[in-house]
Amino acid sequence: MSVRATLAGNGQELVIQVDGRFDFSAHQEFRDAYESASKVRKYIVDLGSATYLDSSALGMLLLLRDHAGGDHSEISITNCNDDVRKILAISNFEQLFTIQ
Amino acid sequence: MTAYKVLIADDNSVDRKVLSRVVRNQGNDVIEATNGFEAVDIFTEHRPDIVLMDVMMPGLNGKEATRQIKSIAEEDFIPVIFLTSLSDAQSLADCLESGGDDFLTKPYNHVVLQAKIDSYHRMSEMHRTLLNQRDEIARVNRHMLQEQRVAKAVYDNVAHAGCLTSPNIRYELSPLAVFNGDVLLAARKPGGGMHVLLGDFTGHGLPAAIGAMPMADIFYGMTAKGFGLREVLREINQKLKSILPVGFFCCAAAVDLAPDRQAASVWMGGVPDCYLLRNDGEMIETLSSRHLPLGVMSADKFNDQMTEFPMANGDRLFLWSDGIIEARNSDGEMFGQERLLNVVRDSAHASDVYDDIQRAVDKFVDGSEQDDDTTLIEVVMADALREEKESGVTKAGISQGPRDWSMEYRLEASTLKSFNPVPLMNHIMMEVPGLRAIGGQLYTVVAELFSNAFEHGVLGLQSSMKQSPDGFMEYYRQREKRVAELEEGFVRINMHHTGVGDSGTLTLTLEDSGDGFDYKRHNAGEANGNHYSGRGIPLIESICDSIEYRGKGNEVSVVIQWPLEQAT
Repeated sequence: MSVRATLAGNGQELVIQVDGRFDFSAHQEFRDAYESASKVRKYIVDLGSATYLDSSALGMLLLLRDHAGGDHSEISITNCNDDVRKILAISNFEQLFTIQ
Repeated sequence: MTAYKVLIADDNSVDRKVLSRVVRNQGNDVIEATNGFEAVDIFTEHRPDIVLMDVMMPGLNGKEATRQIKSIAEEDFIPVIFLTSLSDAQSLADCLESGGDDFLTKPYNHVVLQAKIDSYHRMSEMHRTLLNQRDEIARVNRHMLQEQRVAKAVYDNVAHAGCLTSPNIRYELSPLAVFNGDVLLAARKPGGGMHVLLGDFTGHGLPAAIGAMPMADIFYGMTAKGFGLREVLREINQKLKSILPVGFFCCAAAVDLAPDRQAASVWMGGVPDCYLLRNDGEMIETLSSRHLPLGVMSADKFNDQMTEFPMANGDRLFLWSDGIIEARNSDGEMFGQERLLNVVRDSAHASDVYDDIQRAVDKFVDGSEQDDDTTLIEVVMADALREEKESGVTKAGISQGPRDWSMEYRLEASTLKSFNPVPLMNHIMMEVPGLRAIGGQLYTVVAELFSNAFEHGVLGLQSSMKQSPDGFMEYYRQREKRVAELEEGFVRINMHHTGVGDSGTLTLTLEDSGDGFDYKRHNAGEANGNHYSGRGIPLIESICDSIEYRGKGNEVSVVIQWPLEQAT
């Protein structure tokens, strides 16, 4: 598991990339990734290299959403594999995030 | 610097005196022993911090004395440093093997001597700290386990107060910790039927159990008061949203079993697909989550939409948390939805499915350590559920509670649009112990009378519409439209109760702003089943002692005497 964050779009976009198992062990790193960046308007969580997602990862996504402004937040979750997409679908997270 | 208590054991008095002086001059307290036996006795009495021990002594030699001292010291760390004039490697190694911690060779180097005493003192301090911490941890752990046992007893009383033991339910709940991240709740509705809820909190143990407590309280409390499952879910969602930190939530599947309508409604948020199996069919119907888990959305955005489907007696509903699907075998492979579906598909009969699933999952994991709770519940539709069995009302309790009282409740159009007064009415009546015993029937009466007054009276809907399936749909379409457009009208409810000893009389009167209906034939005893069936009147008649329409038919008054005299 590793979390990488890169700024794009003139520093207004934050791309957070999670590799491997996205579970509770990523908690601190994931949080650091978005808390350290300011002036970000749009968040992209790239799960292209994430193999698995558990309920605490769903919790972390909700925390990010809260941080990014709740209902006014702009967060996309991208490159999900089928398993990850299924977990997001069961929880109906497409109602809260843009899932691509 | 604190003074250390140093025991010096040496049979050679010159050597002993010299060493004593050096050690004392360095600021330590010294006790002397002239042989091994004395060393052991003095140690027992004075408990020195450190022992300097000559190896060769008459009687009890240094090695044997050390063995005894170490055994007396038990788990305390008492460093023993051997004093020796030997210098060959083997002799020195022997000293350490016999239980000594170090050695000093004569003649002594003062600087090294003090450094060693200091060093061993630090070490025994560390040892003492370690022991204290170990004892503290053990104490705290015992305390915590005790607290958890008590908390679990409280939790079990709250969470399992319902009717999970009903014959139409089979379930399995396997706890990972003392507490469980999964919650199973089942309660009978006052009007017959049942609410069932399966919840899976994020995480396990204490955080999950804390959320489960108010959840169970709301579930049982509101169900007993006659609230619908939607209202119950709404309240639970709001409660969890307000008490759980962001990122914690509860995936849930909730079922409203209505045997009188032979139907069930489900609400699913964040749980895996569940299956409905017909008693007489091969088809597996899949139910999927349509909502976000409980505790995620704010009250105004919460979606309480339920999916209703017919369910005949013997039809079975299977619900589970993700634990079953994510159960892993020794290779770390998950059981998965597909395997689950295959088990269900391969079962000979719907009634075998529960056992088949359990067997298949057990065989698959084959004793591997699991990292999630596995919860499974089978709910069967049964006619017996219609008869609500509210027992526990004792003779002594029956004459207590409110006896003589009345109240009037008038609801105007703006209130009628969105508020259902039946649970509240029911709640007030349930304060009378004698009425509690007939809570189910009473709820039905109030619900029927109110919906007659509201739908046929205030909204002006014709009950005859409901006689064909198309009309039924149309009726509810019209109802929705008229509720949205409703601007004026009222329903007035009057409740009047008198009690004598262990019996009583309840009179319910409902008046509405509608046009009424031609009730004269009914009052004259010419009840025509067809004509009145839409108004649920036969149902009411079977429970009430009298039923009387007044005015232009927009006012109805029923009298209920308790205890009921009808044969059961």
